[in-house]
Amino acid sequence: MDITDFYDTFFEEAEELLGDMERHLLELDVDDPDSEQLNAIFRAAHSIKGGAGTFGFDALQHTTHLLENLLDYARQGELTLRRDIVDTFLEAKDMLHDQLNAYRDGEEPDPEAFDRICKTLQQLALDEMGKSVDGEVVSDSAGSETPDANPDAESEEMPESSSVSSDSTGEATEQDEASDAGASLLTVALLGVDDENRGLLAEELGQLGEIKHQSGDDRRYEVTLETTASADDIEAVMCFIIDDSQVEIQQASASSEAPAESASADKPQAHATTDADTRTSSDDTKTSSAAKTKAKPKAKAGESTSIRVPVDKVDQIINLVGELIITQSMLDQTVSELDSTANSSLTSGVSLLQRNARDLQEAVMSIRMVPMDYVFSRFPRLVRDLTAKLDKDIELVTEGESTELDKSLTERIIDPLTHLVRNSLDHGIEMPDAREAAGKPRTGKLTLSAQHQGGNILIEVIDDGAGLNREKILAKAEANGVPTSDNMSDDDVWQLIFAPGFSTADEVSDVSGRGVGMDVVKRNIQAMGGHVEIQSEPGVGTTTRIVLPLTLAILDGMSIKVGNEIFILPLGAVLESLQPRNEDLYAMAGDDIVMKVRDEYLPVIAVHEVMDVPNAQTTMTDCIAVIVQGEGRRYALLVDELIGQQQVVVKNLETNYRKVPGVSAATILGDGSVALILDITGMHRLNRTKREARRPLPGGVNQPVPLKEVEES
Amino acid sequence: MTTLDSASTAAVEAHSQEFLVFSLGDEEYAIDILKVQEIRGYENVTRIANAPEFIKGVTNLRGVIVPIVDLRIKFHLEKVEYGGQTVVIVVNVGERIVGIVVDGVSDVMTLTPDQIKPAPEFGVTLSSDFLSGLGSLEDRMLVIVDIDKLLTSEEMALVESVKE
Repeated sequence: MDITDFYDTFFEEAEELLGDMERHLLELDVDDPDSEQLNAIFRAAHSIKGGAGTFGFDALQHTTHLLENLLDYARQGELTLRRDIVDTFLEAKDMLHDQLNAYRDGEEPDPEAFDRICKTLQQLALDEMGKSVDGEVVSDSAGSETPDANPDAESEEMPESSSVSSDSTGEATEQDEASDAGASLLTVALLGVDDENRGLLAEELGQLGEIKHQSGDDRRYEVTLETTASADDIEAVMCFIIDDSQVEIQQASASSEAPAESASADKPQAHATTDADTRTSSDDTKTSSAAKTKAKPKAKAGESTSIRVPVDKVDQIINLVGELIITQSMLDQTVSELDSTANSSLTSGVSLLQRNARDLQEAVMSIRMVPMDYVFSRFPRLVRDLTAKLDKDIELVTEGESTELDKSLTERIIDPLTHLVRNSLDHGIEMPDAREAAGKPRTGKLTLSAQHQGGNILIEVIDDGAGLNREKILAKAEANGVPTSDNMSDDDVWQLIFAPGFSTADEVSDVSGRGVGMDVVKRNIQAMGGHVEIQSEPGVGTTTRIVLPLTLAILDGMSIKVGNEIFILPLGAVLESLQPRNEDLYAMAGDDIVMKVRDEYLPVIAVHEVMDVPNAQTTMTDCIAVIVQGEGRRYALLVDELIGQQQVVVKNLETNYRKVPGVSAATILGDGSVALILDITGMHRLNRTKREARRPLPGGVNQPVPLKEVEES
Repeated sequence: MTTLDSASTAAVEAHSQEFLVFSLGDEEYAIDILKVQEIRGYENVTRIANAPEFIKGVTNLRGVIVPIVDLRIKFHLEKVEYGGQTVVIVVNVGERIVGIVVDGVSDVMTLTPDQIKPAPEFGVTLSSDFLSGLGSLEDRMLVIVDIDKLLTSEEMALVESVKE
């Protein structure tokens, strides 16, 4: 089998590992790092390195190698973490991601970027390590720490060799106490290293321990070192300057220089040597060990309870189940026409089938559901970067990460949500000083929450910032030529910010404020069948709420009949239905009709008019008015009769045809025929365009009801 | 795909092509048989409002929503009737499935290149852009329609135009 067959698996795994790495880096408390987290970050880097090595992605391997070493120091406490170091790590992680993408596209990663990140990491290693080793030199504490941590690390890294390493670990720890006082004697051989680097390396080595002896030439230069550091550590330090194949570390030949110590130091030295051997002897062993570590997540995957399935396979199952549901309701309809006593076993069988089919459908739909964590997990980084850029102090809180949402929706919600978060960070939450002056804590709080409500999911972006400025929005709206009035309700005012090109930001920043956005946010969310609401209170904060249907594949619908045609209304948009009385109907400006429903005048739109249905009921009082709400607008739809509620499988019209105005999609009814699902907002728009088109011909065909004159008041 | 490829290769080798011949009124038309998915009866079409007249609506083809175009209306034929003989040819054009209503399907014919004459440029209702040529077969004339071009053309209004 070709090794490239495994590329995809590697890319996916690496992607996940990078995600883990970023999450841990962001969660990491710089002042008191959690060793488990540091280990997790290290392991992620290590696994990627292993995979990259196996597949020959050199740049990726080299970069992760450098990063891994730094992380190794960090987890051993030799590198004191600071925020800027974590930033560098994050930067490196981004770079790894870029490299990964390049390899995925079959390209070589950008060599300049690669060089730059390597230099940055090497510089960091030199700066930080030089300093931290300087500070402690070869103190006891360093001595006790290093060998201790190291065997642990080994056993974690290479579970395959656990029998060996755990043995030596046990012994090593035992021996540690004995060898604490004494250091081991190592011979470090540098192969093919020129004068300049040799001097540098010797200096580095000098910081790790005491150089007893050094001699040799360019080809092979040997340094005998008395140190408490392990061979691994030494190698790791040096590999920032030279390639690790250029280093050979061996236990110094039993010399007379430290005879007293050798007995007690023997075991740990042996351990160090074997380590050094496996690590350094040749590239072969390295790749094999890399392959071994690579095997680790694989083994885990075998134990784990999840499998990877391409989305189109899942979609196929969902489609098939949709078909099954349609067939089932077709059967149901046929059976309901039969005599139920004569065919009782058939009837009960069909009702059992119905239940099973519904259960199956529900189970299949849940496959597509992914937790919101998938979306929320990308925000800590964004918030971190932006707060740094904006000089603000903001804490991100996420709630309801386990709330599940259809995968296709999670992918499409990311962009709008990102925009809302940027807005909140940039315009919503004030500068720390301003917050203090307003009597609020300096640290602003941004909450992302998700929860289920009926068949919808509510996603909220809540900030405790200054809130929206009513006057400013109104002034801006007027300047933009949007009709406003002073007694508009707050909700209406907030909706103004969704107008295209609207921004109240005093100056345009590179974070947000160019005024492209909120309209796009709104449009995107509407395209997903949802809507956006804003609540805001001056000085307290702003809450933006996105309401989305849980899935796009199935819709709770109400079937209605107009003429001989059946249409489906999304049940979520239906508020109520009633029979209009003549005294509630008023004509307005000629042929526009409004209907009075509980002290509210609602525009009336006749479905037969908009959809050109022949043979429909034209006497308004014989129709049924269904009050619907879409995009915050309410109106009455006139239909001939209501048929009932049913779940329908949404079928895209655009697959083989095109978008139809006033229609959001289609579905297949029990009898196998196609019914159109009406688009509530689209109907309203279509009605208006049709009326405008008809305007030159006043008193058109559809003016059947004698209407009362508008009463003057 | 392999059968399609090998079929077209075979066709190229033989320098002749197979066509499905159908009738619209008294006229005979032909389309590349490789575009045809199936032939079925005309039934159960759901009308679509505000669409051109020749778009009869959409139908359910085993769970897929397929638009139905009546070429007789499109080509301004005088007599448009729906009866037992009326059939829908389901064709695959540009990853889309479209049904076209015709008066009847007569046969499948193999035409050699010298039987296909270039179409004269004078068509008004049916621009010669949408024709691959005219097939002459003894005393019959077949109008060979480039169904791909025709159905994806802007005037058919089947495909969303780029502007929208």
